This record gives sequence, structure tokens and C-alpha cells, in this order.
Amino acid sequence: MTAKIIVRDVRKRFGRKVVLGGVDLDIAAGESLVVIGGSGTGKSVLIKSILGLIRVDSGSIIVDGVEVTALRGAALAAHQAKFGMLFQGGALFDSLPVWRNVSFALPRSEGAARLKAAAIDNLARVGLGPDVADLRPSELSGGMQKRVALARAVAARPEIIFFDEPTTGLDPIMADVINDLIVSLVRDLKITALTITHDMASARKIADRIAMLYAGRIVWQGPRGMIDISGNAYVDQFVQGRADGPIAIPVIPA
Amino acid sequence: MTGLPHDIVGVLRAIGRFVLGGLASIGRVVLFAGRAVAHAALPPYYPARLIEQIIVIGWFSLPVVGLTALFTGAALAQQIFIGGSRFNAAATVPAVTVIGIVRELGPVLGGLMVAGRVSSAMAAELGTMRVTEQIDALTTLRTDPLRYLIAPRVLAATLVMPFLVLVSNVIGVLGGFVLATTRLGFNAANYLDRTMSFLKTDDIVSSLVKAAVFGFIIALMGCYHGFHSNGGAEGVGKATTSAVVSAFILILLSNLIITVVVFGSR
Ligand SMILES: Nc1ncnc2c1ncn2[C@@H]1O[C@H](COP(=O)(O)OP(=O)(O)O)[C@@H](O)[C@H]1O
Ligand SMILES: [Mg+2]
Repeated sequence: MTAKIIVRDVRKRFGRKVVLGGVDLDIAAGESLVVIGGSGTGKSVLIKSILGLIRVDSGSIIVDGVEVTALRGAALAAHQAKFGMLFQGGALFDSLPVWRNVSFALPRSEGAARLKAAAIDNLARVGLGPDVADLRPSELSGGMQKRVALARAVAARPEIIFFDEPTTGLDPIMADVINDLIVSLVRDLKITALTITHDMASARKIADRIAMLYAGRIVWQGPRGMIDISGNAYVDQFVQGRADGPIAIPVIPA
Repeated sequence: MTGLPHDIVGVLRAIGRFVLGGLASIGRVVLFAGRAVAHAALPPYYPARLIEQIIVIGWFSLPVVGLTALFTGAALAQQIFIGGSRFNAAATVPAVTVIGIVRELGPVLGGLMVAGRVSSAMAAELGTMRVTEQIDALTTLRTDPLRYLIAPRVLAATLVMPFLVLVSNVIGVLGGFVLATTRLGFNAANYLDRTMSFLKTDDIVSSLVKAAVFGFIIALMGCYHGFHSNGGAEGVGKATTSAVVSAFILILLSNLIITVVVFGSR
């Protein structure tokens, strides 16, 4: 069986700055892959490239056998309709109430009452009560916003879902709640999932497989259980959170 | 070796880069305008978004546009009175005021005031949506941002500006009327009669054509700069400034072109 998502030698630079320098990655159907990497290593750029939100400079991205780097117009929209995406900052529409946010991807022809009912179902899935439905996103705490964004991302039952730093900025308990939600959503809805994170606790919980992005390339990938015995110096330094190692962070000495 | 040829090449290169950059910007704006129009024409339509924008742009601009017209109309009547008196033509106040307001100041000042209000607000709102990834989110939620965000704004502004300018013209003439009858000794019935008899259809057509073009420019500049903003809060600030400045310049430039080229002989 060929993978659901195949990324080959993808390159992207902004001006002179090379962000992706030849990324290779396969994601199998139904698998939960976690890509770890430091801040600013191009993790968000990678998932936005797969979604077709960013045009890559070269390389190939194949989803369900279709080359997506060349897609435009209606074909690109059809490609994007396969995905649900949880954005790093939630990206909730602050001009709309929560229920309208959650039901946004559902057909408007359903009518407001059905859309609201569907929104409330999806909110329940992430542990939020119906009373939240009429609030505005700005009235919610950060953790609740993440959960609403999660409900919105899965509401249209996407085949593939991308999570961009789902636990960043949350306290450890709320982060674990989100991790559990992601695990159960992926398992119950049989979704293919790609999660981007630098939170190792989250990666250990969510992942079937882990890949590490460093300097524009995937420097290691393997099953979750191998992460502590990878034998890769980059992975070891990242997992153990050490300042010294092959990943050099330039800091001017005091 | 003198540095001179090198300097000339450097200067030429800088000029070339400036010209190319300018042309590229114009190209991008024209392309964006074309896509906005094409997306406004094709379904799915968002009537609720359109009505919302008509209210935001039209209704909420009425006070500022009305006051601008009122003050300007009165001041204009006074100036024409002063100027006209110098060659015994003070009686031209009603005729020149109405032509000045309808053909020029109503649409131009109305356009500039609405640009200050609306282009900036659009750029700030869309820019914030861009940097908080709300525009990317639309795409992943099976919604085309051009159709959902841009088309209703451009369409609403183009439709609503002629109505605003119509109101502004009436209030502007009224401002001149009030000043002329209370301070300059004009007879009310006589003033209105002269106002109406000097006004031609072409004056009104020119006014409304300008208004529609300015409305298009106002929304296009707000949307273009907001949609393409980047770099966080600073980027949104820059987008807002660029939107207003470019809308002002394009309004004044297109006003000149419409005035001279389209209605110059009528
Ligand atoms: N639209 C853009 N224009 C210019 N530079 C960008 C853009 N998007 C991302 N970058 C740069 O690419 C690099 C990687 O960004 P990103 O993928 O957001 O990192 P992260 O791994 O933290 O998600 C950063 O240095 C960022 O400045
Ligand atoms: Mg990121």
C-alpha cells in the first residue's frame, strides 16, 4: 500500500532564507505522525505547503495519488476539503459566535437550527457544554479556544487532520486534556493525523511515529518507542532538552 | 579606473529597480482587482456579508460625509461670493456652488472621508485576520476568502458610494443655501431656482460615476493591503497606512482622469 501523503525533496525559501531544504516524508492512512523540531525550523511552513496554502519552490507532494503542488482553482479547493486544521493560535473568527465557528465548514443550506445542533454535538466531543455555543471566541480562555478550534477542525469529518502546536501556551493539565482529545478523535474518527510540536510529552502521547525536522530536513524518523534510543545526536539533544549538542543556538555570552 | 561608469550603472540599476518594482505592484493590484471582480460575479454568494458591509460602509459613513458636505458647501458659497464680487458676478453663487459641489467636492471629499474611515478599517481587519491565520483557516473550512471576504466589500463599496455622494451633494448645496440666505442676503426661492436651473444631467452623472469608481478604489485598497499584510502587529499598521495613502492618491488621480478625459467637454 502506498502512503496517503508522500512528500519528496520539498524545498522552500523566503528571500535568501532556506526554510525547507529537501524534506522527505511519508504518512500512511490512519497513522498519527508527529513532527518535532525547534521554533522557526519550518514546521508550520511544511504543513501549509501540504495544504497548498504555501507554494513550494520545488519537489513533490502527493496526497491520495494526486500531485498537489500544481493544483489551482477548484481542484485545489477539492484537495483542501480533505483536511481539517488546528492552527497554532486557534484562528477562530472573532466576529462570529462559537457555534457558527464550529459549523463553518458545513453546508449553509442545512439551515441555522441544524448547524447549531451539529455544532453542539461537536462541542460535546471536546468536552464543552451547549452554553458555550452562543459565546464569542474572545469570551473564552485559551484552553477553551483551543478546544473550540479542535471541534471546528473535525466538524466536517475530514480524512486528514493537521495539528499545529496543539498544546503550546497551555498549562500541563489542559495540554494533557488536549492530547487525550486528539488521541480519541484520531482513533474514533479513523483520521490520518499530522501533528507539529516541540512538546515531547505531547509527542509521546499522540504519535504512532515521530520525525524530527532540523535545518530544513527530516534528520530522523521512527516509531514512538524508538525516540529515546534513536542513536541520533540531534534527537537526543532535543528530547533531553540540552543547550549543548549538535543543534547550536547562538547566544551572546553575558 | 574612475568610479564614474560604475556610479552611472549603479544609478541606472536603482532607477530600473524602482520602475520595475512599481510596475510589478501595479500588476499585482490589477490582478487582485480582476480576481475580486470575477469572484464577486460567480457563486457562492454571501448576501448576509454584503448587507453587513453596505451598513458598515454606507450607513455609518453618513454622519461624517454629511458634516463634510455641509461645512464645505457653506464655505464654498462664501468664497464664490467674495471672488464673484470682485467682478460684479456675486449672483453666480448658486450656480457655481452647485456645480462645484456636485461635480467635484461632493464626490472627492466624500471619497476621501470614506477612504479614511473604511479603507483603514478594512486593512486593519483583514490584516489582523491574515496574521492570526483566520484567512488560512477559511481555506481549510471549504470557503474561498476572496468570495467570502473581498467580493462583498468591493461590491458593497461600489454600490453604496453613489448613494452617499448623492446625499452629500444635497447637503452640500443646502450648506451653501443656508449661508447665502442668512449671511449674504440671497432670497431663498430665487437661490433654489437658480441652483436647479443651472444643474445639468451630466453634472449628476459625472458625480455618480466618480462615486462608484472611488467606492471601488476604497474597498480595493483596504482589501489588497490587508489581505497581503505580514509581520504581525507592525505589518498590520503598515497595511493600514498604505491602504489610506494609496486610496487617497488613486481617488485624486482617477478624479483628474474622469474630470478631464470623460467629462472634460460636457
Ligand atoms: N510568509 C512568510 N514570509 C517570510 N518568511 C516566512 C513566512 N512564513 C514563515 N517564514 C519564516 O520561515 C521560518 C519557519 O517558520 P515556521 O514554519 O512558522 O516555524 P515553526 O517551525 O516555528 O512553525 C521562520 O524563520 C519564518 O520567519
Ligand atoms: Mg509554527
